[in-house]
Amino acid sequence: MTVRSEELTNLNELLLKMAALVEAAIKSSVESLVARKANVAEKVIREDHQINAFDVAIDEECIRLLALKQPMGKDLRLITTAMKITTDLERIGDNAVNIAERAMELNLEPELKPYVDIPRMSRIVQGMVRDTIDAFVNEDVTLAKDVIMRDDSVDDLNETVWKDLMLIMTQDPSTTSRAVKITYVSKYLERIGDHATNIAETVVYMVEGKIIRHMLPDQF
Amino acid sequence: MVRSRDDIVRTIGKPLLADDERVKISCRNVNVYYGEKRAIREVSVDIAEQEVTAFIGPSGCGKSTFLRCINRMNDTIKSCRVEGEITLDREDIYDRNVDPVLLRARIGMVFQKPNPFPKSIFENVAYGPRIHGLARNKSELDEIVITSLEKAGLFSEVKDQLDHPGTGLSGGQQQRLCIARAISVQPEVILMDEPCSALDPIATAKIEELIDELRRNFTIIIVTHSMQQAARVSQRTAFFHLGNLVEVDDTNTIFVNPEHKLTQDYITGRYG
Repeated sequence: MTVRSEELTNLNELLLKMAALVEAAIKSSVESLVARKANVAEKVIREDHQINAFDVAIDEECIRLLALKQPMGKDLRLITTAMKITTDLERIGDNAVNIAERAMELNLEPELKPYVDIPRMSRIVQGMVRDTIDAFVNEDVTLAKDVIMRDDSVDDLNETVWKDLMLIMTQDPSTTSRAVKITYVSKYLERIGDHATNIAETVVYMVEGKIIRHMLPDQF
Repeated sequence: MVRSRDDIVRTIGKPLLADDERVKISCRNVNVYYGEKRAIREVSVDIAEQEVTAFIGPSGCGKSTFLRCINRMNDTIKSCRVEGEITLDREDIYDRNVDPVLLRARIGMVFQKPNPFPKSIFENVAYGPRIHGLARNKSELDEIVITSLEKAGLFSEVKDQLDHPGTGLSGGQQQRLCIARAISVQPEVILMDEPCSALDPIATAKIEELIDELRRNFTIIIVTHSMQQAARVSQRTAFFHLGNLVEVDDTNTIFVNPEHKLTQDYITGRYG
């Protein structure tokens, strides 16, 4: 009597629900910054415990399946992968909370400049999170690898934001406090891209049994 | 302090059920002696209805001896003496008014080695209902036999050969025949003493699936040498050691986070 297919379906569903919450948290946190909505930021912070609860529930279910069902082969890879994915998703949730916290601070001061690259980064990383979970559920290695490639554009945007803000700070040191907080937000989004990339890499492992972490794309 | 082998370990975990309604079998301060030697020490535990309880522990720990107390199989061993109280639905099974034969119809048993009678497949299953007068006529008997074989997951494989000898079946099929024989007298409890140890992995997997099905209608206690099997099939697990019941808890707790060091050492293969 090994892992039942409904137990694996249940695990997938838990991860999908968690990912949906995480994706919404990223969207709301950036919205709270760009549209200067404190109540939206508060909601992201207040509801993070739901994401944490999924993290614990998925971990416990994976441990139960490992201990009681002794999964082998692909089932073993799927369950260990799910444990890694939930850790990355939980960290993404924390990053969204960090963005919301910076948004609440920034909203108390005058706007430094309209946000252009931050919403762009947000859209890209939301898509990465969504696609990487779809890749997990549908065992789609091509989509997972595509997510990994998209991370470069997030890194580039992070660098652009950083350079822009450095210039503003040098020209007018009174902007430093606000500019530094915005570089944080950019960094949080960049980290979200990294977590999505981690998830995509574990999806490749789950499907192909091949570890591609710490490899260059042409080595995949 | 160095503990001597005679020290009685107090059972930890959840040996007694909080919910009285779920208790099918209750054992209190059970001691079993073979002559002068005490094989079971002060065991108190509740068995919940309609779930699988696994007894695990190293060879000679007393798990089979304790299992056999539950349907008075030890009565047949002259030197064996059972003390304490064991109740089924709150009635003392060792009461002098209890007929062990009728008790064993309520608490069936499946053994380590498949032991079909040297009779046809049909007769193996029909024997119990016939001696207990459970069928009024041939068609009722047919129905009991077919239903029992179906519940044991064997009917589709043997339906065209019910008159063939039971001993001609494969080991796994023979064990499922023995399970069909056990359930044909409509027991409430089924005791299984290492039911898969003589079977290959595929036949074992089939029996495990069957056990999971049967728990909807029966209370099952399984003694197993395979910790992995206990983990897979049971909802509660009891760990025995040197005649003591060391720890009882939800199977998940026993295999993920046991409390007692002996349990930990046994399930991780560092002892026993």
